[in-house]
Amino acid sequence: MRRLVTDTLIIAERNLIRLPRAPELLIGFTIQPIMFVLLFRYVFGGAIRTPGYDYVDFLIPGIIVQNTAFGGFATALGLNEDVSKGLIDRFRSLPMSRAAVLGGRTLADIATNALSITILLVTGVIIGFSFHTSFLHAAAGIGLLLLFGYGFSWFLAFIGLLVSSPESVNSVGFIAVFPLTFISSAFVPVESMPDGLRQFAEYNPFTVIVDAMRSLWLGAPAGNYVWGAVVWSIAIVAVFAPLAVSRYRHAAGR
Amino acid sequence: MARVTGEAAIEVEGLVKRFGDVCALDGLELTANPGQVLGLLGPNGAGKTTLVRVLATLIVPDAGSARVLGLDVHNDAAELRERIGLAGQYAAVDENLTGLENLTMVGRLYGETRGPAKARGRELLERFDLIEAADRPTKTYSGGMRRRLDLAAALVAKPPVLFLDEPTTGLDPRSRLSLWAVIEGLVAEGTTVLLTTQYLDEADRLADNIAVIDHGRLIAEGTSDQLKDRLGGERLEVRLEDGADPQVAQRALAPMSDEPPTIEGGVVKVNVRQRRGSIVEAVRRLSEVGAGVEDLALRRPTLDDVFLALTGHAAEETADGDGERDPAGERDREHDDERAREHAA
Repeated sequence: MRRLVTDTLIIAERNLIRLPRAPELLIGFTIQPIMFVLLFRYVFGGAIRTPGYDYVDFLIPGIIVQNTAFGGFATALGLNEDVSKGLIDRFRSLPMSRAAVLGGRTLADIATNALSITILLVTGVIIGFSFHTSFLHAAAGIGLLLLFGYGFSWFLAFIGLLVSSPESVNSVGFIAVFPLTFISSAFVPVESMPDGLRQFAEYNPFTVIVDAMRSLWLGAPAGNYVWGAVVWSIAIVAVFAPLAVSRYRHAAGR
Repeated sequence: MARVTGEAAIEVEGLVKRFGDVCALDGLELTANPGQVLGLLGPNGAGKTTLVRVLATLIVPDAGSARVLGLDVHNDAAELRERIGLAGQYAAVDENLTGLENLTMVGRLYGETRGPAKARGRELLERFDLIEAADRPTKTYSGGMRRRLDLAAALVAKPPVLFLDEPTTGLDPRSRLSLWAVIEGLVAEGTTVLLTTQYLDEADRLADNIAVIDHGRLIAEGTSDQLKDRLGGERLEVRLEDGADPQVAQRALAPMSDEPPTIEGGVVKVNVRQRRGSIVEAVRRLSEVGAGVEDLALRRPTLDDVFLALTGHAAEETADGDGERDPAGERDREHDDERAREHAA
């Protein structure tokens, strides 16, 4: 158990050291989300009606949730690369904890997610977003985001070990994650969607998370959303962490 | 870590590993003595990489047993991992970390604390002539430098047994020579090395013992000299002058050998019964029939000849230079199967 903790920290450190040296990933965490915020706020924002909220207030929690989900791509791509370059073989031949390579990756994602959440919040505030709730609620919202992002990293870790190349990580991840985030309450009110799509959106975990964020940051009626979001996040870890670890054990490096 | 002397460092018995329909290891038997280099020769798809992966605890065999330093690769895997080093043709280092960061990370994953791990990393970088590049990300390294770093990473914990999977494949001749020197240094310190290679000169130079495997089975074993002796003695090669009839020369030289001489591209090759006097005898016989000789040489069989005779195909003809991913390394297998073993006998 001590081994698991120290090895996980060593791998997390490795992933954080290398981050500034891989500019393409860093751009993904910084420039790209800012671009999306600006596009939605100024291109679509004028045409989308969100009763009860300014669009910028409605948008920021949604887009931050989407962005946090995509944060796990660093894990998916990184693991895929480690397998194809044989680094996983090196790790598996070492007397280290079997779960640490994945644990370290997903742990590092928490740090990168915290970075991009900060960047998005600052951008949001500049273009007019404000918290409507107490400091504690706002902080709880950030905690929930990190928890959800952590869960999603495990899902993407599994994807990264499942497919054969970084290109397929991108396409599988994109096809799986993009519609999920868009067919939710992240960018538009669910009520505006046609039948079928609307029901899907209502049950979509992303809607649960986004609505939980709106209640924590904007004071929207909470319902069971916050608890629902916590349960969803934990459930994702509970399902995909064992799947990813088992996949890792059998990963044939070459 | 001391082991009873006389005990084999690597002991493989009846090892079987299948990937779907493909039998990568088919009852392989193998032994390596402590402090020796065992060279594993074989074409692509022979099962070399699969064996290394089994011995390095990366994959579990389907049948048979494999013990390293007396530890079973499956049941005692955790203990065994403390005592082995693995380096290969893929140079498994993190490109975005510096050389020193890579080695420090590996040291810490062996359970060392940061300070000593870093010191050991520096020591290895010094030894492998990488100290000046210690603080550069390894993506700026040349192929040879990466390979040396990969080998250094395998040595972090001073393992008594080292697995080197085609360590010089794709390297330029100079890098290759320097890597050979490093390996010889390790062996001089008492490390047991299992080395897979497609290069016969590499096996000839480094290996105390050579195991030739093909189709997942051991087909010959011995020192380089023993293997060459199996092919019989010396071979006489006669290049004829332009216009001379090779078949006349072939008939003239036939009595010197137990098997009929062969003709390859104008060169008549004769496996002579004995070295002494055979050049003089050949010249006499050839001049009797009036066959003009351009060049004439007597040579020992090379490992290439051994390989060709044993496996029915040349060693390097299937060499993969591109290091493509191939889970079992067995993609070329069917291809190999088609090649008849007609030369074998």
